[in-house]
Amino acid sequence: MTEHIVRAFEEELVSLNEKIARMGELAERQLADAVNVLQRRDLDLAAEVIAADDQIDDSERDIEEQVIIMIVRRQPMALDLREIMAAIRISSDLERVGDLAGNIAKRVVSIGADTHPQRLLHGVDRMSKLAMKQLKDVLDAYSGRDTRKAIAVWHNDEEIDNMYISLFREFLTYVMEDPRLITPCTHLLFAAKNMERIGDHATNIAETIHYLVHGKPLIETNRKLISL
Amino acid sequence: MTDTQKCKEYFPDATGGASGCAVKLHGRDVNVFYDDKQVLFDVNLAIGEKMVTALIGPSGCGKSTFLRCFNRMNETISSCRVAGRVELDGFNVRDIDVVELRARVGMVFQKPNPFPKSIYENVAYGPRIHGLAGTSAELDDIVTSSLERAGLLEEVHNRMNELGTGLSGGQQQRLCIARAIAVNPEVILMDEPCSALDPIATARIEELIDDLCQNYTIVIVTHSMQQAARVSQRTVFFNLGKLVEEGDTTQIFTNPHDKQTQDYITGRFG
Ligand SMILES: Nc1ncnc2c1ncn2[C@@H]1O[C@H](COP(=O)(O)OP(=O)(O)O)[C@@H](O)[C@H]1O
Ligand SMILES: [Mg+2]
Repeated sequence: MTEHIVRAFEEELVSLNEKIARMGELAERQLADAVNVLQRRDLDLAAEVIAADDQIDDSERDIEEQVIIMIVRRQPMALDLREIMAAIRISSDLERVGDLAGNIAKRVVSIGADTHPQRLLHGVDRMSKLAMKQLKDVLDAYSGRDTRKAIAVWHNDEEIDNMYISLFREFLTYVMEDPRLITPCTHLLFAAKNMERIGDHATNIAETIHYLVHGKPLIETNRKLISL
Repeated sequence: MTDTQKCKEYFPDATGGASGCAVKLHGRDVNVFYDDKQVLFDVNLAIGEKMVTALIGPSGCGKSTFLRCFNRMNETISSCRVAGRVELDGFNVRDIDVVELRARVGMVFQKPNPFPKSIYENVAYGPRIHGLAGTSAELDDIVTSSLERAGLLEEVHNRMNELGTGLSGGQQQRLCIARAIAVNPEVILMDEPCSALDPIATARIEELIDDLCQNYTIVIVTHSMQQAARVSQRTVFFNLGKLVEEGDTTQIFTNPHDKQTQDYITGRFG
């Protein structure tokens, strides 16, 4: 891509990209920490995760502010406009990912010291791994403007959705067998639901990347692919 | 001739209003030379009726020259030679009497150029020479309604005998638009009509363009990408005498297909 005649504009776009990348790293770390909290029931780490959410919120505000200034100063068009729209959308998805990770940590605090059978965690673990992979892949896709990778993330979301549904059924059988598992199962199901929603945000980001690169919504393109 | 079909044929990509309208102006294989120097190359462009088409591109790419093909203004430049076919409603403009053509295809220029006469006379001049008014009352009506449609009446109704040149820049430009409207044109060509105006005067003209396109076909040359995005339904990008890309305005400004267009509208031109 040819560079802007106005160098400061070019620099602003680079800085916006870097901010998104940093925010992405923060969200990834939040999610990884939340998963650790869940697995190890580490209440200290839980407190850290909950507190660290402020950093992500600050990043979102910072990005929003920069975008507003860029709209006023540069009146972006075409690809630049899409870059800026993408930044604002992705930052809002990442902010939600941070919230959801925080919620997972809060759930663990609520479960407290109650012990529950390790087998309950298997399904949630598998979902966490996939959610983390989806988030990582979609952030890689963003930094490489890689729509192929973004589309793969978009398709993989179904797997998380299916995992959630089967986990729900599994937990239902557990609580029917043993009503003492109602409380831990409910909390873990909430955590799983949050993973599933993190997956949805990864999907949103994938759609945004597609729009950013091609100027067309992914859904529309996909429908066309199907109808071909 | 089924004009509506023609438009669909020429704007296969268009969405909304642009897809259903008739072709009003049509340039076919237009090549223009100043002496030996060629400045437009095989330009083909259909312009839809009662909509606003913006012509954009770097200075010297031939926008004004192309605009002047539609009312044969290039003929006033002795070194200028136009080859190809330029049509108004499907008729070759060369076959239309030039006085009639210039009444049907009005023009507004970059610098407002009112005659050094009264406000009234500025607007009455055209209808009078074209014999559009039988009585002086009719002429009054034409002048008032033209000023009204140009959004200027309220500001000048009690100073009709003052000099047009005494108005502010924005008012002068609206006076020139009233003058163009007064002869009942079908097309209004505007060559950078706001480049000498402040933002408020510019907003007034843009508001006026929105109104006028209900009744007139408007072709506007502008250097402001934002203005093109605000006022037009179709945008055409020229570079170095060639038509590079045309499309629905939203498409051109959100997702241009050609790299040259993208570079130009995002300020990346080298
Ligand atoms: N009267 C003229 N005599 C000779 N060359 C001209 C004349 N008018 C314009 N040109 C040349 O034709 C080219 C296109 O000019 P113009 O149509 O005014 O471009 P634009 O309106 O896009 O700035 C330029 O290279 C310009 O120098
Ligand atoms: Mg010009």
